[in-house]
Amino acid sequence: MAGGQERILRSRIRSVQATKKITRAMELIAGSRIVKAQQRVTAAVPYSERITEVVKDLAAGGAGSSSAFLKARPEIRTACYVAITADRGLCGGYNSGILRATEGEVKADVLASKDYVVVPVGRKAENYFKFRSYKTSRSFTGFSDAPKYEDAKAIGQFVVDLYLRGEVDRVELVYTRFVSSGRQEVVRRPLVPLERDVIAGGDGKSASGGNYEFEPDPELILQTLLPRYVEARIYAALLNAAASEHAFRQRAMKSATDNAEELIKNLSRIMNRARQDSITTEIMEIVSGAEALGSDDKDDVVREMASN
Amino acid sequence: MAERSSLKVEVVSPERVLFSGEARQVITRTLDGGEIAFLPGHTTFLGALVENHTRIYLADGKVQDVAVHGGFVDVAPDHVTILSDSAELAENIDVARARAAQERAQEAMRGEHDATVEGALRRAHARLAAAGGSSNSGGSAH
Repeated sequence: MAGGQERILRSRIRSVQATKKITRAMELIAGSRIVKAQQRVTAAVPYSERITEVVKDLAAGGAGSSSAFLKARPEIRTACYVAITADRGLCGGYNSGILRATEGEVKADVLASKDYVVVPVGRKAENYFKFRSYKTSRSFTGFSDAPKYEDAKAIGQFVVDLYLRGEVDRVELVYTRFVSSGRQEVVRRPLVPLERDVIAGGDGKSASGGNYEFEPDPELILQTLLPRYVEARIYAALLNAAASEHAFRQRAMKSATDNAEELIKNLSRIMNRARQDSITTEIMEIVSGAEALGSDDKDDVVREMASN
Repeated sequence: MAERSSLKVEVVSPERVLFSGEARQVITRTLDGGEIAFLPGHTTFLGALVENHTRIYLADGKVQDVAVHGGFVDVAPDHVTILSDSAELAENIDVARARAAQERAQEAMRGEHDATVEGALRRAHARLAAAGGSSNSGGSAH
């Protein structure tokens, strides 16, 4: 019986070791991807900075007072939430953080007898909200690891369209902001209509040259510019989310690896003890068996066993 | 302002800064405004761009050709910033592919006239113009 237990322990240790190899590999992969994702976040900064500047300059030039993007609707009947999660699991609390935040908002809206619609980004959000039969619209999946600008564009066009058709009165992004590889936070940011302070204080570079010349007129530029601005915001959010996903996954896999090590240590300790126990029991059995046979050659047997 | 002899030019796409350098002149094409050139000391200017072949005359005498597929240009006396969803430097353009795309689009144009095909054709034109160098300038984009 004792030998059986040893065998069971041995196979458990083997399986934990195999799992550890996998989690260790995932940890290393995520670690190397963080760096790349972080670089992409920084590479995207110039564009979004410049485009914000241009929006401000335009607003300073007197455009945009009539743009649908900038005017908050008097009554918010339907809110739209773009929930950005990963396509895959095994990344600790990354997905559940976003899902919880979004669900909280949705529940608050329902309590206030307002309507809502969720735009799931990432397979995890899609499954979660569809399974619980929340009101969802089209979902966007398959790029959470390394989002491209086209992905942001598709989402942007979709939500802008929803907004302009009047199906929703407000669009918010729910995503995980990448602060540093040690810190990420779930944030909720209004997307459309644009907040006043985004366009306010529009001096930027225009202070140097006084009045701007526009071609074509400011309103027309703004009309083509604002959708781009929204896309840039979504793109930045996607990149932040991707970097955060890798950071979360690395941490989750690191603790899984540590756990596996701990487990292996404990299991081997138990296994060694079990093996020792079974050896001791065997010796005891042989000794008592020899004792029962006769007292003459008892010492010889014991000596023989002990030397083994 | 007239003292300045060069412009700081940047071509920025959402994914990264494509090009950054000093230049003497930049020629691009705005939405219903035609071609426009910027020299150092130009007044502040903001324009929406169409698909075009943008030429950047660098300070060292070389010309950087860029296919800009729509976007914006932000100009100040000492800098020109081109923001574009998708822009390609001439050296990164696959001419064979652009030519194939152009033929495809022209073929499709014969059948029906829709905006996406027209856009594809204009993009192909801009690409070919930029890759072909300055001999075939942006004028052919229509």
